[in-house]
Amino acid sequence: MKKKLTPYHIFSVAFLMLFSIAVMVPFVLLFLSSLTEEHSLIRNGYSFFPEAFSLKSYEYILASGKKIFSSYLVTIAVTVIGTLLNLSLSAMYAFGLSLKKLPGRKLLTFFIFFTMLFNGGIVPSYIMWASYLHIKDTLMALILPNFLMNAMNVLLIRTYFTGSIPEEMLEAAQIDGASYPHIFARIVLPLGKPILVTMGTFAGLAYWNDWTNSIYYISRRTDLYSIQALLNVMITNLQYLANSDFGGLSTGESAIPTAGIQMAIAFVAILPILVLFPFLQKYYSKGLMLGAVKG
Amino acid sequence: MGVSLKEKQRFHRAGTVTNSRPGAHIRKFIPVYLMMLPGIIYLIINNYLPMSGIVIAFKQYNVRDGFFGSPWNGFSNFKYLFTTNDAFIITRNTILYNLAFIIINITLGILLAILICDTMNKHLKKMFQSAILLPFLMSWVIVGYIVYAFLSNENGIMNNSVLPMLGRSPVAWYNTPEAWPFIIILVNTWKGIGYGTLIYISTINGIDPTYYEAARMDGAKRWQQIRHITLPFLIPSVVTLTLLSVGRIMNADFGLFYQVTRNSGMLYSTTNVIDTYVYRGLMVNANLGRASAAGAYQSLIGFFLIILVNWLVRRFSNEHALF
Repeated sequence: MKKKLTPYHIFSVAFLMLFSIAVMVPFVLLFLSSLTEEHSLIRNGYSFFPEAFSLKSYEYILASGKKIFSSYLVTIAVTVIGTLLNLSLSAMYAFGLSLKKLPGRKLLTFFIFFTMLFNGGIVPSYIMWASYLHIKDTLMALILPNFLMNAMNVLLIRTYFTGSIPEEMLEAAQIDGASYPHIFARIVLPLGKPILVTMGTFAGLAYWNDWTNSIYYISRRTDLYSIQALLNVMITNLQYLANSDFGGLSTGESAIPTAGIQMAIAFVAILPILVLFPFLQKYYSKGLMLGAVKG
Repeated sequence: MGVSLKEKQRFHRAGTVTNSRPGAHIRKFIPVYLMMLPGIIYLIINNYLPMSGIVIAFKQYNVRDGFFGSPWNGFSNFKYLFTTNDAFIITRNTILYNLAFIIINITLGILLAILICDTMNKHLKKMFQSAILLPFLMSWVIVGYIVYAFLSNENGIMNNSVLPMLGRSPVAWYNTPEAWPFIIILVNTWKGIGYGTLIYISTINGIDPTYYEAARMDGAKRWQQIRHITLPFLIPSVVTLTLLSVGRIMNADFGLFYQVTRNSGMLYSTTNVIDTYVYRGLMVNANLGRASAAGAYQSLIGFFLIILVNWLVRRFSNEHALF
């Protein structure tokens, strides 16, 4: 039955169009700001209609942005390593939780679930990671705190495992003499790929966007700044800007990343997200809806 | 739930290996426990040990004596925290902002979800869903830069283009606390609306279309259909999401209040929340006593709130409760 096109539909689409455009506008501004010629920026400010365009900001990044490149590498490394570790720990834990006959299963489930209800706060965490475990100024400081395991993710993986992997298959494998690790690697992981990709997307995005681990745990090793941390430090620390070498500059240019260059760096930071957006959207939406259904 | 032991034994599968020795039963699972061990260790280190660290709020912590050696000082840190006006301001800000977020996210989220689901063109539908999700994937640092492009004193689009066009003089945004409740709410909505909307969309998609068919045949108008079918079906999701948000009402999004405000001191009266207060106490002022008291206060109240809220959700709809 074909639905009739009523004024409601027309207004609805118009509203949604306007809304979507309004949502996109800030990104457009960011992009245009990075392409605006520097003097035009100083004269007219950031604008949707730049007086003059220039690729100078991006040229600068490509030619002289050593710090930017290295922070990009740090971000990629942390994201890849962190996501892989996260998935490994989460999948193994979830696997255990999915075995109905596992002694202590309820306790182990509660053990991870409780972390969603209560946490000790920043102060004890900081004292522990910094003073007792000495991770300050190391790469591990960007990977270990907070993001390595997430209760919601683990429980969602477990739900998927119990729901989509038939118990008969596991029992048949056991009768054939397979050990649990073997079952995990050969049956559960392949069948669990959809949920692992979804949860990997969540974890990966969290690592990519993280800047808080840096502000707490990276103070001296500025080569360990992720790109988000670099962007953060450019705002907060003019001293850092004035003193550090951004990779050699020709004479006549200021050593501090200018307004346009800052926007260019920010745009470069979100570029992977924009490029991967269809992929991210598919799995992120899936994950969000899974989370909602669960409760 | 509620299956008796006898029934369990009766339906015990024929093919499984049964073993009467209790030790062997556990021994079989040792590889599994080993697989779970890294996770368990991590949870202890990252979550449980810091939980016990809440006692720092009751101690006069100093770095030399460390966690175990520092002397107890009872409720002194809490008294110290609550005698300042800060405690009131940060609590008020945190709670009021969260309330505003809850109300706006629900009303706007439902509105958008209904409109998007009613969009007939599949391509447009997908486009709208993508558009509202995109800001959600950004980090607060990036959002802070974008807001800066609007509000910067010298270069911002507001001061350079918009205000002059309206015939007004420039405003020093980062020094004007009164403007920020509005700015914060706007930015948070921009970034977060996709989340709730997507959830409501998936709920609406799950509604049996025959309800709408029957209503249409009875001559119900669009508005009536929404009121009598869509909204009632959305109530469980809305209630669950709301109550969970209420349970977290003492927690603010640190990135929002730190990055978007550029940590501007002039704005503290309207943008300082518990999370930023704890951060500054710990990392900037080295005022560990107050910071840990504020953190403990936040965690403990939050915990009881979630328990209370879950109990309420339980009473309303058993399956929607967290536990």
